[in-house]
Amino acid sequence: MIPLLAQASGDLSVEPHWYMALAAVLFTIGAAGLLLRRNALVMFMSIELMLNSVNLTFVAADSGIGSLEGQISVLFVMVVAAAEVTVGLAIIVAVFRKRATASVDELSGLRG
Amino acid sequence: MVEVIVFVIFALAALAGSLVMVTARSPVYSAMGLLTAMFSMAVFYVMNGAHFVAAVQVLIYAGAVMTLFLFVIMLIGVDRAVDRDETIPLQRPIVLALGTGLLFLIVIAARAAWVTGRASGVCTVDCVGTIENISSELFTAWLLPFEATVLLLTIAAVGTVAMAQFVLRPRTEGMSREDAG
Repeated sequence: MIPLLAQASGDLSVEPHWYMALAAVLFTIGAAGLLLRRNALVMFMSIELMLNSVNLTFVAADSGIGSLEGQISVLFVMVVAAAEVTVGLAIIVAVFRKRATASVDELSGLRG
Repeated sequence: MVEVIVFVIFALAALAGSLVMVTARSPVYSAMGLLTAMFSMAVFYVMNGAHFVAAVQVLIYAGAVMTLFLFVIMLIGVDRAVDRDETIPLQRPIVLALGTGLLFLIVIAARAAWVTGRASGVCTVDCVGTIENISSELFTAWLLPFEATVLLLTIAAVGTVAMAQFVLRPRTEGMSREDAG
């Protein structure tokens, strides 16, 4: 906030740490959603939000230091997230076929 | 100045979308909130010069992943929205406190310097994330991780198909066992 106030008089432009602060807030919202919700689908969406906010920090740091490797890391994170979503949603559908619920509170046994 | 206005608008959109995602009762609203946040992220990527990543964000995340989410939501059934009853006492205050603590921790950790380090010197001409720059880097220095993602995606696809087939067999066994007992 201090650099924001310092620049308010002069030419105001978006700095990389603005994106970092926004990404921190979004990551926190995602983490809170993961702890708060019982629906497995919404918990998965919270994980996606956390991954997205980390991607935003990668890209912002890239433009901050003038590099491309953060963007390539973002591509790999996206691939891993896509694989994770595929398998995770398959697990949720399999659990739903068995138990007819998507709530993680109902899942209390190891045996299918 | 235009950049600041665009940043503020889409930052508010991303925050509102993510808050809707966490608080909405119906999973479809949650999916729409996440979609808003993801589109705002794509705008931020464009503003940071990451053009290819922004395109991939819209295609893969907002397109494929969210479609998959909505497909599963519709498959499972929207009307069976899980209640947000508290079964653990004091869960929401504890989560609020933990979230605030986490945010402060991140800010304190990052406050000294938000961006440190120096460029590795990969982009000699310009650092805009165009397809040419990204691919020339991805297919030379990062070729082995790229090939590894192929293996990962194949394993994920095979695992998903296997899981879709697995489910039916134990279920019929379990049913016959219950019938016998």
